[in-house]
Formats: sequence, structure tokens, C-alpha cells
Amino acid sequence: MTAVETQPPLLRIAALTKRFGGFTALDNVSVDIRPGERFGLIGPNGSGKTTLINCISGAFRTEPGTVLFRDEDITPLPPHTRTRRGIARSFQIPRPFRSMTVAENLMVALDFAAHDIVSTANRRDTMMAILARMGLEAKANVPATKLSQVELRKMELARAMATHPKLLISDEAMAGLSSSEVDEVLDLLMSFAREHITIIMIEHIMQAVMRFSDRVMCLDAGKIIALGTPTEVMADRRVQEAYLGT
Amino acid sequence: MKRKDILFWIGAALFLAACLAMTQIVTNQYPFFAAYVILQFMVLAVAWSILGGYAGYVNFGTSAFFGIGVYTAVFLVKAFGAPLPLQIGVAALIGALMGFALGLLTLRMQGIFFSIATIALTIVIETTITNWRYVGGAAGIQLQRPPVIEPFPNYVQLLFFVQALLVVLAIAISRYIQNSWIGRGLQALRDDELAAECTGVPTLRLKLLACVVSGALMCAAGAPAAMYLQYADPSSAFNLNYSVTVLAMSLIGGTAHWAGPVIGAILLGSTQQLLTVTISSEVNVLVLGVMLVLFVVGAPEGIIGLVRRIGHYRRRGA
Repeated sequence: MTAVETQPPLLRIAALTKRFGGFTALDNVSVDIRPGERFGLIGPNGSGKTTLINCISGAFRTEPGTVLFRDEDITPLPPHTRTRRGIARSFQIPRPFRSMTVAENLMVALDFAAHDIVSTANRRDTMMAILARMGLEAKANVPATKLSQVELRKMELARAMATHPKLLISDEAMAGLSSSEVDEVLDLLMSFAREHITIIMIEHIMQAVMRFSDRVMCLDAGKIIALGTPTEVMADRRVQEAYLGT
Repeated sequence: MKRKDILFWIGAALFLAACLAMTQIVTNQYPFFAAYVILQFMVLAVAWSILGGYAGYVNFGTSAFFGIGVYTAVFLVKAFGAPLPLQIGVAALIGALMGFALGLLTLRMQGIFFSIATIALTIVIETTITNWRYVGGAAGIQLQRPPVIEPFPNYVQLLFFVQALLVVLAIAISRYIQNSWIGRGLQALRDDELAAECTGVPTLRLKLLACVVSGALMCAAGAPAAMYLQYADPSSAFNLNYSVTVLAMSLIGGTAHWAGPVIGAILLGSTQQLLTVTISSEVNVLVLGVMLVLFVVGAPEGIIGLVRRIGHYRRRGA
């Protein structure tokens, strides 16, 4: 057993179920995410990946089931409180604040989620530092609507990082990108992880998931069908069936 | 204070000084009578814009807030003979409470559903007042103006100056909101409510705040109208025209900046006053409709948006 495994979990999802009318999107899902872990979340379309993310970030109310973050029950909390406690996310389809510039998008995060962490005087510098790291410093005063796809993806991550998260959830941040752009975004996520930010990555690009993750979880029809190291999960017969069909 | 703030307050002081000077110099009462209406619409449009512009929640209930302001004053005058400042203060308080209640009830609805709920509110309140005998019921109520206070030669001049004060107050609040973290949060939630939540913006709380401030200002703007007309009746105090006119003023002026509704109110308000005298008050509504259509098609971001776009092209061309 490594040191990481003996630590209490950063995020504990316990017996989480989410129904939309008669459709069960998540069925009794339980999993612990350890501090500092790089956690890959895979599964075919409609398997419940984004639903799970929405339950963790608070966009959906869950009943029954609990979400514990740093040993605290956050199940009844609204999304903004969760963000302030350290859960940040990007969106599968980027959702920038369209009437704002890139810099202003980040300032929302700094003003509302990181106001206890970054003093007012330091906010501009912090914002520029995050943008520089993403390679977006030249775009600071550009309207968010004028960004390319990869820039938009990076800005979403930058905005999430500006909330100063402990847990970053990346929901298909690489979808629709070229292979060199995928590497770029992957390197960014890797560098966040080196700063002890726990990362949950949803991705369809298997290569990226394999390279990135300490552990991988595969969902199918709202149930966990495999959980383990990337190689273990890829070798799992049920995972292959879920992806390729039987 | 920053340079811009100083300039703003100098401008506000000059505006008030000019208004005060006008009450001393101009003896004809008609200009005050007309200008009062324009000022009143400035307060209403600026207030509407706080929720409708910054937060993007289109409120059709302006007339409900305005009417409640009128009837708060009516009630206070009839029951206690309350002075004007008290009428306005209590109206603002009731407006704030009403905004809070409306917000709690309806802000979970989005888009068109919110707008429909605000229309429903207007009708409910109008019906209630219509059936309340004490404040005159459907027949309306006559009011006696109290003696005028120095240095104003007439009560209309006094009301005109009071409304000018309310204009400055409304603009100062709106401007503060726009430039503060509140404005940034409202702008974020208008763009994308879920993304705003997930970036740490307490969307419900900010919307409630916008609703409370907007409601308080609208009610405050309505309170002096009772003494202005010396008469109040439900169908004119809760007239849906207030809602439509205020919405049109804000949209035509542009909602991205506090100056938008001010410009819109001056432009549309003076046009309406002019038309009322020269042609008829019914033509007002027609002109309003035509202008609204023209702007929605030609300049969807209003005059403010138009000016910004021209400035942008100029800078590019240079």
C-alpha cells in the first residue's frame, strides 16, 4: 500500500443515485477519490459521466446518496458554495461568459470564489499569471466570443483554476481538438496535478486517459463496471464490451 | 475616489443645482409638469435596468411597483397625513419587501416564465387595490396637497426637485452596482447561470438583491405621483403602459451601461411629452411601438451599443 492510499479520501461519493423521471442515470455509485489523485472517468455516451460530475459540482440535486468533500457532507450545498470550498469544473460544451473579455471571465472566479485566498490588490497579477500559464496572456482583453475552440477550452480551465480549487473536474476538455492541442491541454492538466490539485478527467480520447490517470473508472448505464489502474480497466472484458458492443 | 467618480458627482451636483435654479427662475408651471414625468421615467428605467439589464430578467411588473408606490403615499396621507419624505421612504421600504417576495416566488423561473409571473403580479395587486375601499377603490381618491415648503414657489416645482433627487440616487446606485463585484456577478449570471454558479457566484442571492433594489427604487418613484396628480385610481396607477414604456426606454437606450436607460428615458420621455401636446396621448403608444421595433431590428444593443460599435470601427479605421 502506498502512502496515498492510506490517506482519507478527498471526495467520497456514497450510494449516489440520480433519476430523471423513470430513467436511472446513476445507479448506486460509490467511489473514493484520494487527495492528489489523477482520476480518469470513462464510459460510452449516455453512461452517466457528466451526470456524476453535475452531482459532484451541485448542478443536480441527488436523492438518495451523499457526497463528502474533505470529510464534510456537501450534498445539500448549492454549486457556488461547493466551488468556494474547492470544487471547480469545466464544461463539456464550453460555457464562457459571452459578454466579457477573457480577463473578465477569470476575474469573476477571483472575485467570487477566491476572494478569501487572493487579496484584491493581487487579483490582476494572479489572473495574468494564470493566463500566461495557459498561453492566453495575449488574449486577455479579447472578448470570449472571439476565441478559437482550443483557446475556449483553455479559458474554461483557466477560469476553473482561478477559483483556486482543490479538486478540478475536466469534462472532455480535449473534445474536438487536434492531437498536438490534446497534448498541450494534457500537459497543462499534468502540471496542475503536480501542484497537488486532485483532478477528475472525463475523456473519450483513450490515449490521453491512459497517459494521464492513476486510476480509471468506467461507467456504463449509470453503474460502475470497472475501477482500477488504466491497464487493468482497459483489459476488463466488460469495458471492452461496453465500448465495442457484444 | 477615482477621477471618474469625482466627475460623476460634479455632474450630479451641477444637475441638481440647475434643477433648483430652474424652480426659482421659471415661473410657468407647465415645464415642471412635463419634466417631472420625464424624471419619473428616468428613475423607473434606471431601476428596471438593474434587474432587466444587468441580470437579464425582463420584469413586466414595473406598473405593479409604481402603483404600490402611489398607493403607499395615498394610504399614508389619508391615515396619518404623512409628509412627502416619509411617503417616499415607506414606499421604498415596501418596494424592497415586494421585490424580495417577488424574487423568492419567481426568480427560480427563467426567461419568459419570469416575465409572465410579473404580469400576473401586477393584475393581482391591481385587483386587490380596486377592492380596497379605504384608498378609494375603483372610483379613485382625491388628495389635498399640503402647503409648499420654501424655497419652492409651488408644489409642482417641489415635486420636480424631489424627483430630480431620486434620479441622482437611482443613477448613483445603478452605477455603483455596475462597477462593483455585484455588477460583475449579475453580468456573469445573465450570460450563463450554471457557469456563474460553478464559478462561485451566488446567483439566487444576487438576483434577489437586484430585485429588492430595483423594486425599492420603482416604488419610491411612484410615491410622489399621488401628490403630483392630486388623484389616484387603480387603472391609471397600475397601467401596463408604465411597464411597456420603461422596458422600451431601457432597451432603446441600451442596458449594458447605466447611462443607457437615462438616455432612453430622456429621448422617449421628451418625444412622448411633445406628442401629447401636439397630437394626442394615444399616438404615444404607437410611436413607442414603432421605435421599439426599429431599435430591436437596427440596434439590438440600444443607443449605448450603437455608440460603442461606431467607436470601435473608428478606432479600427484609424
